Amino acid sequence: MNSKASLGLKIAAIGGLLFLHLPILLIFVYAFTTEDKSYQWPPPGLTFQWFEVTWNRPDVWQALGLSLRVACVSTLIALVLGTLCAAAVARSRFFGREAISLLVILPIALPGIITGISLRSAFNIADIPFSTWTIILGHATFCIVVVYNNAAARFRRTSASLIEASMDLGATYWQTLRFVIMPNIATALLAGGMLAFALSFDEVIVTTFTAGQQQTLPIWMLEELVRPRQRPVTNVVAMVVVLVTFLPILAAYYLTRGTDTVAGQGK
Amino acid sequence: MTAAISFKGLSRHFGDVRAVDSVDLEIGAGEFFVLLGPSGSGKTTCLRLIAGFERPTAGRIWIFGEDATAAPPYRRPVNTVFQDYALFPHLNVRDNVAYGLMVRGDAKAARRKSADEALALVALDGFGDRKPSELSGGQRQRVALARALVMQPKVLLLDEPLGALDLKLREQMQGELKTLQRQLGIAFVFVTHDQGEALSMGDRVAVFDKGRIQQVGSPEDVYDRPETPFVADFVGASNVLSADMVHDLVGRNAPASLRPEAIRIGFGPLAGVVHARAFLGSATRIEVDCDGQKLKVLIPKGGEVPQMGDSVTLGWSEGALHIMDSANG
Repeated sequence: MNSKASLGLKIAAIGGLLFLHLPILLIFVYAFTTEDKSYQWPPPGLTFQWFEVTWNRPDVWQALGLSLRVACVSTLIALVLGTLCAAAVARSRFFGREAISLLVILPIALPGIITGISLRSAFNIADIPFSTWTIILGHATFCIVVVYNNAAARFRRTSASLIEASMDLGATYWQTLRFVIMPNIATALLAGGMLAFALSFDEVIVTTFTAGQQQTLPIWMLEELVRPRQRPVTNVVAMVVVLVTFLPILAAYYLTRGTDTVAGQGK
Repeated sequence: MTAAISFKGLSRHFGDVRAVDSVDLEIGAGEFFVLLGPSGSGKTTCLRLIAGFERPTAGRIWIFGEDATAAPPYRRPVNTVFQDYALFPHLNVRDNVAYGLMVRGDAKAARRKSADEALALVALDGFGDRKPSELSGGQRQRVALARALVMQPKVLLLDEPLGALDLKLREQMQGELKTLQRQLGIAFVFVTHDQGEALSMGDRVAVFDKGRIQQVGSPEDVYDRPETPFVADFVGASNVLSADMVHDLVGRNAPASLRPEAIRIGFGPLAGVVHARAFLGSATRIEVDCDGQKLKVLIPKGGEVPQMGDSVTLGWSEGALHIMDSANG
């Protein structure tokens, strides 16, 4: 077989990559433009002033703060519940086990708009006022899934006899958790947690249904686009969002890569 | 002298499945004891009951006279070598071996020293800094052994430890385990489905079938004097003669075991037709159909092998026919 790619394939690959990534570069470029009413190509001039303007806008800080709070808390909730759920499904056999596994994964398969509407009506029925916590609950539904999936995959690859071996050698349940289980699932949890964080940080649809008057960063950006004032501020914020969500995903990728041989070394 | 392990009416049921069904058993201190049986016969569940990974549905277990029925695994003076070795993948070999000592709270220098001694005992000096993933199957096996032995257990449990090794390595490890057991003078409880392994290693062998012990005895006992047709067939694939046939031959109404290698062709009380032949290397096995009862006959190399369809007469020396009086099946 010829391992060298043909010229046509190379051009197609480069074209595909450009198609995917040029728009993102364009957003970065517009963060430096001097024109603030419309996106004009080429930019009439370049300036750093929008970074300063953004820095001094309290609404940006408010939205950023809310988004970080929501992402952190829902990731934390997802880490605890997702891991426990994965452990239960992986380690024991009980009636309805498959059904529970499916139900946990369902929120990410459902369109966000369904999740959003159902949560909104549930909050209404239960008479829960919209707050940061309703946003967090909404985000936790899909954050749990990514943590669960990561943890469940790791549990599957971890031999059950490791836990028995630990207890056989005199370790109590807590010592086993600390010395054997945690070290073996730590990278999976970190990866799942980072993905969950990134998902929550740029979520729009579920948030619009569960947020009330508060604005998370993506919602703030959406609102800002329809307003014709200081447009490049949105681009500056977009750059920050790309960095904040991209870095954790990249880190998660590197953390879980090459760990195939770590867990469940048996035969 | 107290028995190392003692079972009384021990059962472990999984739903409707009786994995272990009211078993009574005594294993002596310093004994190499083999639990032998086909897969699903309850031998591994028995081992897990001793280790504490399973709780009995009924019955009691004593370990050196102490009631251990409800004791968790970490409070039992026994250690296990797992079938898949169960080495901790995130720890190097030395930390794997020292794990039990670390959990117990031994000082770092002391446990390092003990771990290295244990590694030397299994001929793995200098492997302490490697990861389990860098070792071969046989080496992992030895690490698992060292990790269990460093705890100085009174009883070592081995769950089909040689199953994953190739034939040559397996034979070598059989010898080494036997030597090690004699050196240490502790009880080994060894689970296997390989009857050859059981016979060559065990001081005593318990043969399991369907959750029950069919026979306990020395290797010679279970091979030469099987008590039930199952034992006769499973240990060494003996011919089990029906009670009717035995009645016609010697006038007693009970099934009997007749070893394939004990049968001679030429002169004797049975006649039949050869209907299968298999060359085994050191011998040839033929199957003779005697009025519906099929008998396996082992002909050593150099012996005259009859052709398919030949009519032959079968005989055996006195005493080769072992009548299983106690059998009820």
